Amino acid sequence: MSIGWYLAVSAIVFALGAAGVMVRRNPLVVLLCLELMLNGANLSLVAFSRMWGNGDGQIFALIVMTVAACEVCIGLGMVVAIYRRKLPIDVDELRELQG
Amino acid sequence: MFFIAGFGAIAGAVGVVMLRDPFYAVLALVAHLLSLAVLFLLLRAEFVAAVQVVVYAGAVMVLYVFVVAYVGGREEPIGELLRGRGPAGAQLRLGAAILSGALLVELLIALLGTGLKAVSGDGAPYAPGPRTFGTPAYIGQLLLTRFLLVFEAASFLLLIAAVGAVVLARRRGGIEEDGDMNGRVLTPLDLVRPRETGTMAEGVGARK
Repeated sequence: MSIGWYLAVSAIVFALGAAGVMVRRNPLVVLLCLELMLNGANLSLVAFSRMWGNGDGQIFALIVMTVAACEVCIGLGMVVAIYRRKLPIDVDELRELQG
Repeated sequence: MFFIAGFGAIAGAVGVVMLRDPFYAVLALVAHLLSLAVLFLLLRAEFVAAVQVVVYAGAVMVLYVFVVAYVGGREEPIGELLRGRGPAGAQLRLGAAILSGALLVELLIALLGTGLKAVSGDGAPYAPGPRTFGTPAYIGQLLLTRFLLVFEAASFLLLIAAVGAVVLARRRGGIEEDGDMNGRVLTPLDLVRPRETGTMAEGVGARK
């Protein structure tokens, strides 16, 4: 199977994740769509790693997974903090930082 | 095999974006991650696939399910999702769809169009063995020799994230005001331990 197919799948997943980040309003689902984008990038990293027969891309994919875990940790902590303050869980309503 | 897994990955991604209930969106993401792990296996990345299933589809998604169950994800009405709020919201959503479509076209051109000669290939030669490409021994050797600094930076980042999550989701203090606690609904956790515990267990119990 040619590497190009994997890259096409990764591009589709990344674009879907980007669309989800822009369209959805629930911050939980926005975080899930961020995961989708990171996974699309991961797939292309592993595909390129396979293409060159080199492990660097796989190491980078592992580091991206670590960063994704950190992001989930902080993001879910913020969602829980928002929920505690009885604010609406909706990114359109939470726009105090918008200026 | 590739087409099954690739279709599963794309279907899972569509499910995450389209499903109304956040709980089902999380389940769709789990399906997406599992089929992505199959793709990693097809790309001879055994260790990355194992980490994907165990850590990502296991641990991280359990955290998501806990938070969705705790927050009690409200369903967005699908009509409201499509229409937005008024004409401005609808225009914004249409713009978002167009923007992501353009992003997809650009990515496809960048990944497939320009570098087609370099990209189209079946990859480097592969010989099975205990220490070849993609095995845990290979990854571990790279991670502890050539990428040692990256490894340490990642571990430090994880530490910072763990401390930050505990601070953010703490029951008292942090960014939460004390006045909010008076009108708060009593949960079963309050009955089994005093409210003013200021330890790490407070933060752990608060995550559920």
